Amino acid sequence: MSDDTELVRRMAALAHLDVTDQEAEQLGRQFADILASFETLTRAEVETAPESSATSGAPFRADTERPSLAREDALANAPETADGFFSVPKTIGGNH
Amino acid sequence: MKDATDLLADLAAGRVSVRSCVDSSLERIAFLNDELQAFANVHVDEARARADELDAELAAGATPPPLFGLPIAVKSNLCVRGRESNCGSRMLAGYRAPYTATAVQRLLDAGAVLVGTTHMDEFAMGSSGENSSFATTRNPWDHQRAPGGSSSGSAVAVAAEMVPLALGSDTGGSVRQPASFCGVTGFKPTYGAISRYGLVAFGSSLDQVGSIARSARDVEAALQVLCGADEHDSTSLRDFRYEVDAGQPFEGLRIGLPAQFFTDSVDRDVRASVEAAIDVFCERGAKVEIIELPFTELAVPTYYVLATAEASSNLARYDGVECGRRANGDGSLAGMFAATREAGFGPEVKRRILLGTYVLSSGYYDAWYGRALAVRDRLRADFARAFESCDLLLGPTYPTPAFPLGQLEADPVAVYQADVLTVPASLAGLPAASVPCGLVAREGVELPVGLQLIGPARGDARVLAAARSFQSVTAHHHASPTATHEGAR
Repeated sequence: MSDDTELVRRMAALAHLDVTDQEAEQLGRQFADILASFETLTRAEVETAPESSATSGAPFRADTERPSLAREDALANAPETADGFFSVPKTIGGNH
Repeated sequence: MKDATDLLADLAAGRVSVRSCVDSSLERIAFLNDELQAFANVHVDEARARADELDAELAAGATPPPLFGLPIAVKSNLCVRGRESNCGSRMLAGYRAPYTATAVQRLLDAGAVLVGTTHMDEFAMGSSGENSSFATTRNPWDHQRAPGGSSSGSAVAVAAEMVPLALGSDTGGSVRQPASFCGVTGFKPTYGAISRYGLVAFGSSLDQVGSIARSARDVEAALQVLCGADEHDSTSLRDFRYEVDAGQPFEGLRIGLPAQFFTDSVDRDVRASVEAAIDVFCERGAKVEIIELPFTELAVPTYYVLATAEASSNLARYDGVECGRRANGDGSLAGMFAATREAGFGPEVKRRILLGTYVLSSGYYDAWYGRALAVRDRLRADFARAFESCDLLLGPTYPTPAFPLGQLEADPVAVYQADVLTVPASLAGLPAASVPCGLVAREGVELPVGLQLIGPARGDARVLAAARSFQSVTAHHHASPTATHEGAR
């Protein structure tokens, strides 16, 4: 497995994304090309910006209660529900 | 076809009924959509019912609201309560939004009639319309060419005269570039001018709702309704309203031409059309100077680092729990997440999620994401400096006219690099329009070229006043795709 393919597999695991062997290989090649074409950015002589720079100035709303989606609406698009809740596989004590 | 402004005058005066106007729109969609694939969903019965209601209200003496009876389309990443908002993704096939986006609601409240939702590149990632899970949208000027993206269906719906006005979204050029490819007027406002509430998030610090129409004055009619603060979007500007600038913008207008927008990467014919358009401004008293925006040379990597980082976070919510499809995988919770995302996302979305995960991950964050934030600040400063001596910046919208479908499918680097002219205004949060400025011949077919106009933050009315003035002395925006008039091929 090439370094690029291995990198893609590690990122896919972080992103909760299954990738097939074929996808990992193809994405690995593309990843290498993309990062090479972006290389100029890593050489830019700039001071690192504070983390808030993208969203600075956005006001906070008042911390007051207000209506939210009705439960029925919130659940309407869920693939699986049970007793008015979202249903997912068990996380403790087995798979089901 | 009349533009929206003329149509609105006829509708409000009762010279044309809303029902006949909506029926014309629906007939044209029925005639062309199988071939062009602009619309993902057409709401025939609902549109007709709403049209009849509006006709009855006018007959009863009601004062018509500003967009009374206007048929509109919206991109499939804008939520409309009870309707499918699939974002061009298998992941959201069949997803019916539980509420309506503020931008859409404002158009509906102003009397517009929603006739349907349009195809798009999956999660607004792409510039050809080919990344949809459901259909390949075709350019009405040449059905073998890309319509541009990601607001592919919205641009085609307007260019093919299915509707006079459509909403899209623009993160790095997704309204301007398809407008350029399809020969229509597209506009991305100042960041925050229009609420993002109900716009499915891709890159939240960049995403904006954009408008596509046949003329700048039509876009202005929409903006007067769309702009304004929204309590549901904390990034919407508190004190911004769109007010039409009725002054004469040619005489004394100071135009900057960024040297970085006129490089050898721009097609020679595209450049000639854009230069001819600049001459139109100069001949009427505008002053032109070449300016430098040095950090635009880093705009593409900066954009793709920031946009993919934000996308990797925004798209983490699609995991098979709250909405969309689910694949069970190995039966565990983690296995279900991974299998759902593998099955639901297409290749471009996966590529961007992985890239965004990489630039945010430990060990790479400072070199990529941190540096991109810093370059974004420098790019903003470049623009601020330019607007000290210029009122507007002009250049091409895209380096080429519409390219053949499939041409760039296997080359993501080439696709990304070609965004070099649209991403700078996105990174700086500036208002920018694309207006048709000529046609160039490719393999015997004429294809539109877009002129991009960029203004300072909150200078939206200045950008569109210049676009409107340009259209008042030129006829490029009246050009129509003959391929469409010949019917489906």
